[in-house]
Amino acid sequence: MKIKNHIDTNSRLCFDMTPMIDCTFQLVIFFMLTLNYAQENQDERIKLPGSELAKPSQTVLDSSVTLQLTQENTVIVGGDEVDISELKKLLQRERQLILANTTKKRKQESTIIIRADRSAQTGKVQEIIQLCQQTGFERFVLRAKDEGA
Amino acid sequence: MKRGKHTINTEERLEFDMTPMIDCCFQLIIFFMLTLRFSYQEGDFNIRMPLAGAVAKQVDDLQSPTIKVRLTANSRGELTGITMGDRKLRGFKDLHQQIRGMVRPNPRPGTGGDQEVEFDCDYKLKYDHVVQGITAVSGYLADDGKTVVKLIEKVKFAQIRPKQ
Repeated sequence: MKIKNHIDTNSRLCFDMTPMIDCTFQLVIFFMLTLNYAQENQDERIKLPGSELAKPSQTVLDSSVTLQLTQENTVIVGGDEVDISELKKLLQRERQLILANTTKKRKQESTIIIRADRSAQTGKVQEIIQLCQQTGFERFVLRAKDEGA
Repeated sequence: MKRGKHTINTEERLEFDMTPMIDCCFQLIIFFMLTLRFSYQEGDFNIRMPLAGAVAKQVDDLQSPTIKVRLTANSRGELTGITMGDRKLRGFKDLHQQIRGMVRPNPRPGTGGDQEVEFDCDYKLKYDHVVQGITAVSGYLADDGKTVVKLIEKVKFAQIRPKQ
């Protein structure tokens, strides 16, 4: 009696990996699209207060300076921690840079974005605002977590 | 005629080793998984902060009287009281109701309804409470849950209180 169904030990078992590779590519594309590179203007230490009225800005801010205030009441500008005494010099420098780079028509449009931690002291925030006003900045934006979404 | 030596057997499949490519893909996935950072949506308050000093005073004379809100705090920065003018309020909801009773929704800038609120806060008060206060006075969400109905757009801070 001939045995028809026999396993040839020399043949290799192959399985089709195409679906797995497809899934892998899907994952890679997903992560590439959702990748959010570390931004120096969004320090992770700062936990913003929440508000249902805080909506993403409709207008693009032409020139802006982001000041971040941590829970420990230290100020972060451009990724670096600065002291309140150095902050004034830094703001003056930023103001001169903005004035030099913008046209006369747009001089008044530079904005200060304040990202303060929910547990930071209000007095410190007020001091920062006052410093900015003394330096010549007039427009302010208070950042908060959008809790209405 | 004999068949040529170089013939292609059409039944043979061309196979290539995809292992290195899959390894690279996994490396990429691991890299992206480790660098992925979820961040919540941030928004801005649509408020105007009047200038401090002489210029602001001239502007104030032309506008309606400023509504003064006092927020007091304990040594830990927790809110202990809210006062609007001489009236002591129970909470931010009460503040919001008071403002809604006084101000017409969506006032046009430059009109008589364009009122201003001044927050007078203790130095150590946590910033979160100030934001709650600004939320209470600046508007509310309409019934659709998306449209913001504006009440007060001009918000300013009083003189900085001494640190206690």
